[in-house]
Formats: sequence, C-alpha cells, structure tokens
Amino acid sequence: MVTDNDLVKHLSEAQVSVELQTEDMTLNIGPQHPSTHGVLRLVARVSGERCFDVKPVIGYMHRGYEKLSEVRTYPQITALINRIDWVSGYANEIPFIVAAEKLMDVEVPERAQYIRVILTEMARVSSHLVFMASYPLELGAATPLFFALRDRERVLDLIEGVTGGRFHPNFNRIGGVKPNAGSGPITKKTPQDLPAGFLGETRDAMSVVLDTCEEIEDLVAGNEIFRARTKGIGVLPPEVGAAFGVSGPNLRASGVKFDLRKVEDYLPYNKFDFDVVVGENGDCWDRWWVRLEEIRESAKIIQQAVDGIPPSGPLQAKVPKVIKVPKGETYVRAENPKGEMGYYIVSDGGPGPYRLKIRSASFSNISILSWILEGVLVPDIIAIMGSLDFVLGDVDR
Amino acid sequence: MTTSAQRTIPGSGLIKGLGVTITTMFKTIFLPKKYLATVNYPKVKETLVPRARGVIALDQDACTVCMLCARQCPDWCIYIEGHKESQPPSKPGGRIRVRAELDRFDIDYALCMYCGICVEVCPFDALFWTPEYEYSESKMGNMLHDMDRLQDWMTTVPEPPALEK
Amino acid sequence: MTQFITDLFSNFWVSLAGKLLLVATMVPVIGMLLGFAEMKLSAKMQSRVGPYFAGGRWGWAQLIADGVKFFQKEDLIPEDADRPVFKAAPILVLVGTVSLFLVIPFGPGLIFQDLSVGIFYALAISSIGTIGVLMAGWSSANKYSLMGGLRAAGQLIAYELPLVLAVVGSVIMAGTMSMTGIVEAQISAGFPFVLVQFIGFGIFMIAALAELSRIPFDMPIAESELVMGYVTEYSGFRFLFFFLAEFANMFTMSAIAATLFLGGYWLPFVPESTLEFTGPLILIGKVFLLTFTMIWFRWTFPRFREDQLQTLAWKVLIPLALANIAITATLKVVL
Repeated sequence: MVTDNDLVKHLSEAQVSVELQTEDMTLNIGPQHPSTHGVLRLVARVSGERCFDVKPVIGYMHRGYEKLSEVRTYPQITALINRIDWVSGYANEIPFIVAAEKLMDVEVPERAQYIRVILTEMARVSSHLVFMASYPLELGAATPLFFALRDRERVLDLIEGVTGGRFHPNFNRIGGVKPNAGSGPITKKTPQDLPAGFLGETRDAMSVVLDTCEEIEDLVAGNEIFRARTKGIGVLPPEVGAAFGVSGPNLRASGVKFDLRKVEDYLPYNKFDFDVVVGENGDCWDRWWVRLEEIRESAKIIQQAVDGIPPSGPLQAKVPKVIKVPKGETYVRAENPKGEMGYYIVSDGGPGPYRLKIRSASFSNISILSWILEGVLVPDIIAIMGSLDFVLGDVDR
Repeated sequence: MTTSAQRTIPGSGLIKGLGVTITTMFKTIFLPKKYLATVNYPKVKETLVPRARGVIALDQDACTVCMLCARQCPDWCIYIEGHKESQPPSKPGGRIRVRAELDRFDIDYALCMYCGICVEVCPFDALFWTPEYEYSESKMGNMLHDMDRLQDWMTTVPEPPALEK
Repeated sequence: MTQFITDLFSNFWVSLAGKLLLVATMVPVIGMLLGFAEMKLSAKMQSRVGPYFAGGRWGWAQLIADGVKFFQKEDLIPEDADRPVFKAAPILVLVGTVSLFLVIPFGPGLIFQDLSVGIFYALAISSIGTIGVLMAGWSSANKYSLMGGLRAAGQLIAYELPLVLAVVGSVIMAGTMSMTGIVEAQISAGFPFVLVQFIGFGIFMIAALAELSRIPFDMPIAESELVMGYVTEYSGFRFLFFFLAEFANMFTMSAIAATLFLGGYWLPFVPESTLEFTGPLILIGKVFLLTFTMIWFRWTFPRFREDQLQTLAWKVLIPLALANIAITATLKVVL
C-alpha cells in the first residue's frame, strides 16, 4: 500500500531524476590510440568521466604463431618467436630452447649459460627501461622518455655487438648459443663468442644504467603530481591477481613474493645473488617502483655474471647437424620481463614440433582489465593500463 | 620499503624534478660532446658493429646451387634457379665433370626477416652479413636484389671482430 | 619629414590602421618565436638538438616552414560537424588573445590604448577564449573532442577566479586599474610589487598556466588520452590559429604578470629618462624569463587529473587569494 511517506519520497526522487536526465556514452578507446600499447580496443561505457563497463577486445594483432610453428623447424621457429614480445627480444627464445633441450636431454656448457644469463638480463633491463620511458609519457611528463631511451641505446648496442641484432637477436641454438658464423670452410672457424671489450663495456653500460635510474627517480618518484596520479589507483589484491593468472612485476607489486628465477632452473640463477623486489599495496605506484628496482637487481646480476664468466669454453654442446627432437611433450616456463612465459612443446620426432602452445604473460595480465577498471575515471584508465605494462604482440601472438 | 623519496618538505619533489631538467639543459648546451645523445644523421653516420645484420652479400663463385639456404629460410624469400653444365675432364681419360651454374639468385628484402639462417647453413661460404642499411626504395619491387647487386654488396663485408681475450 | 609623419599619424584613422597592422604582424611573429624557443629549449632539456636543418645550422626557419605548411593544407571539416560553429571557434580563441595585446605597456607612452580600467578589460577579454574552446569541442563530431571541450570548460572557468583574485592585491597596492598607472606606482614606490605580493604572484602564475591549458593543467588537450582533445579535428590554417593563439597567449599572460608584479618596463637601476628606448627591451626580458619558466614546467611535470585540478583551484588557491586580499587591504589602510 502506498502511504503518504512513500509518495513524498518518490516525488523528491522523481524531481532529481527528471532534471538531470543523462545518458551513458559508449566510448571506443579504439584500436588506434596513443596509449594502448598497440592495437587494443576497449569498449567503455562512460558517464561523464566515470566509466562503468569496460570490455577489452583483442585479436587485432593475431599473427598465428602456433600455426606457423607447425610447419617450421626448430631454428626457424627460434628466429620467429623473438617477435612475440618485441620489446625484450632475447627473453622470448629462452623457454622454447630450454624445452627442446629438455626433450633431447642435452646439457648446455657453462660459458653458454653465462652468456644466456647476461643477454636475458639485458633484455629485462631494456624492457623495463621502455616502461620507464612510456609510463610517465602517458601521464603527461615527456622528459623521462628521452632519458630512458637514450641509455637503453647503450644496452642495445651491447646486444648488437654480440648477436648482430638489437631487438631480435636469434642467438640461441639447441645446446647452447650460436657457435659459429656459418657452416662453410672459413666461417666454421669464426666463433660467435663475445667480441673484444664486451665485458668492460658492459660494466660501463651498467653504471650508466644505474645513473639513469637515479635520474629518473629524482625526476619522477618524488614528484607530488606523479604520486597523486598513481598512489591508490588501480589496487590489485593478491588473491584476485593470482586467480586471474597475473604474473611478473604486477603480482609482485601486490605483495606476493614469487619469482620464477628462484623457483625454476632453466638458467643458473642460483649462482647469483639478487633480491626479489616486492611491493606493498598493489597500486600503480608500486608497479612502477617494483620495475625500477628490478632494473637495479638485473644490473647486479649482470655485474656478477660478467665477473664470474668462465674465460673460455664451448658455446654449444655436441648435437647432430640435422636436429630431430625425440617424441615427447614438455612445458617450460620462465620469468620474462612482462611476467611468466611458457612453451608447451609436443614433439613427434620430426625436425619441427608437432604442436607448440605459447603461454604469454600479457594475455593473462590484461584479463583483469574488466575487473580493475570498474568505476574509475577516464584518466585513470590510462594510468592503470600503462602500469600493467603489456605489449599487444604478447597478448595476441 | 616502497616509499623511496621520504620527502619532508611539500613541494621538494617538484623542485628536484625541475633541477634535473635544468641541469640536463645546461649540460647539453655547454658540454655537447659528452651529453648530446643524437647525431645529425645524413651528415654524421654512426658506424655499426661488424656483426650487425644489415644486408646479405653473395659470393657467386662459391655458390654450388645446393638450395640449402632457400629451403631453410623461414619466409621463403630466396629464389634460386640453376642449371647443370658439363665440363671436360681435368685429365684425358677421366670422367666428365658436372658443375652447377647459377642462373638466378634473388633475395627479396621486403620479405626477409634478417634472421641469418641462410648465412648460417650455407656449407660453402657463399653468403655473408654486412652492416649496410641504406638501401630503401620507393617502389617495393626494387627491394628484390638480384645476383649482381648481391655480388656488389661483397665489397662491404667487414672482418669478423676480435674476440674477448 | 618628421612633422609630416607626426601629422599623418595624428589623424585618427591612419593611426588606427597603423596600430591594427602592428598588432596583426606582432601576433604571428611572437607566436612563431615562442614556438621555436619552446622546441629548442625542450630539446636541450632532453639531450637532443631540436630543429636543425631548416634555414641552416640553427633551424631558425623551422616555424616559418611550419606556418606555411599549415596554411597550404586542405581544409577538412568532418561531415557531421556543425559548420558555422566549427569555423567560428578558432577565430574566437584568437580574438581573445589578440585583444590582450592592446593593454600591455611596452614603455612610458608605448601602449596601444591606455584604458583606465586596463587590467579589468584584460581579464574580461581573456575569458572569450573559453567560449571558443567549448565551441570547438562541441562542434567537432567526435566524442574525444567533446570530452576535451567539457574538461576545458570546467577547468578554464574554475581558474578564472584565482586569476582575478590574485590580481586584486596588486591593484590595491597601486590604487589604479590602468596598466601604466600600476607601473608608475611601482616606480614611485621604488620596488616591484612581487616582493610583497609573492603569494599573489604564485597564484597568478599557476592560474595562468591553467588558463593556457599547459602541462601540468593539460587535461583539455591530454595528448596521451584524447589525441589533442578539442583540437583533434582541426587541420590546416584553423589549427594554425589555435597554435598561434596558445603561444601568443603565453606572451600576453607573462607580460601582464610582469607588469603587475615585476615592475613592467622598469628596472631599479635604469634611469627613467631612457625608459622610452630600454623599456620594451626590459619588458621582453622579463617576459622571456617567465615563458622560460612555463616551458620548464611543461617538460618536467606530469598532468593533473580533472578532479585534482578542481580541488586545487577551489580548495587551495581561492582561499589563499582571499587571504592575500584581506591582508593587503588591511596593511594598506594601516600603513
């Protein structure tokens, strides 16, 4: 029964909702956008500046890696998979090659392992420097971009000196790293070992990288505006992160002390002394901070590896000329700069895998976008997406 | 642990940031040799390391048309055609030798991934990497380098770098 | 000969035409000079060189080349756009800026029109730009431009108040609203007003940055989110109007700040008889310092979010400005 009280309440509410009759706007933060790290499309329902319902649409960059791998041999696939997470080129090859080596039961010589560790950690430094460059740019500060990229050039030049390519090294082979320049009579005797001066230049480059970290920290970390934009924004509770499959610095920023480098043994990380950087609250600030500290930890690992590398040794174990991996299946996961990357190889004895399944880090990392972007303001969408640090090549493969 | 800059004065973070920018500005203006990060490209060219993967050069005399590079290329961008020629025996009474001659060896650089598998598998030292990179064209068809152009690149092949220790 | 020129310019129409011509040349030249300064200074702050090739080693012709380039581009108007409003928006923004030039004192008699309500006129005219921005955001048939335009409306209106209130302190100390009168008051007092009105100066500079939509108050443009905000759909010479208006507005806001707080065309140790010649140079020097600070801030800080912007305006700057007025008025009566 409708009482007088109900009528009065109804009338007052009716007045408010009739006066401010607004509609929600469907905003397409579209495939072409300065801040979506590639061709990610977010269909957002926005009311004023607050968004309610965000649906990510992916697949604009699907290149069909898993299908391509079915008709290619292992060296050819190694050349292709650099391009999955194109920012950190070398780190994409490692779990694939280790999985193939596991099936073939091949042991990698020690000098090759050290070279792999040095190059992987350089890839990590390079990827995190790109994050340092692009994240403040999305928030409006344009200068850290130039500082970070300027000093990333030093690291890329070092990778180029060893492997010949800056972003896509293609340097791993089953059994080790690339042993010789070619297979002909002269080039068989041209080892692709570290060029002269590499170790000294690496030490210089690492000290330059550490100086840049200091500079970026002075420029960005204490900045009150930056803190106001990132502290308390996009908090990811650790249970939610773990349930969605988030990995890497995103999960570590929420307080979960989990680093695959300490858990798995795909590379000899147990010989090096480094800390696992953990954040406190899981907001955007912590994700930024964890990556900055990880650059410092990687510089530490590189210094130790450069000091401890065996002075000479074979670069590749003895493997037959035409590689046929025996039947079997295996899964190897590694700590990529973006998170956990894994390769599941099903082999049937041929020169290439029967089926290759790629578990990429960014695909799981952005599965939380619908959850985490509920009810935030439009500028915060950009801040949160940037702090997750994903790359569309990694999402879509 | 994550609160790095334990600032005490409000606004000091902003001042520190301003300090970084202004010192970079003065360093770039007055000490450009050390702090300027860019070079003026067409007038000043950076030299690349010897192992840099710029373009592939072909040594026609060494090639035996074994087709290994064309088979192993992930993009199938190498096009090879050859024919067999018989040559007279080296000494009288010997057998007739058959030698393969190269008719066509094209690499399509619009497809090439610069992975280096072809250079690596060639058993006869016919393919080499060089650090040259200035061969962009306005027509995509011109990115197909034919035999003679690939032979011309051989003059730019550098010596392999000296190794560590 | 000089008698002929003086007689010629004492005719009202001739002097009016001369002043209009002078303003019409000053605005693009100043806009281009400041744009070029920004390109070079920002490059040095980022370890790079900036424009280098256009015109020889210094790249001085870069902005002239850019101006010609914008002028000869195709005039694109989106199909769904509201054509009259779309075309009128850049003109309104430019008019708001150019009209400010009329009351800037370059020297003791060197002002286009010495209005007795100079600063009042300047603050009133500068808000015409707000309408232009809102028109631009609304008439481009683009959701991103609309968001940029609405953010701009909120921000520009919110920061009008601190701008006006910050000026009042200086006007109280000078006792007049005419721009030349304020400079004369500083000359007779013997010190620039910033020594006493430092709070007002700070509030004026922050509010001026917000009125210009420069980082850190960049939300209407917000390049990484809205791809140039309300200016997204503009190309060709309409974009050139917005571009020039922004840089010319930087000049005028800095000139007003220099006049009200820093002493305008006067320096303490420069003899007053030479101010007719050295005045413009002194003013331009002060304006250069202030625009350098604006450029410095732009390339160092990230941008505020809209609600943080509004909090800063309403909850911090306005109370401070009101307190400043109260203290200044009390001290003026007491002392």
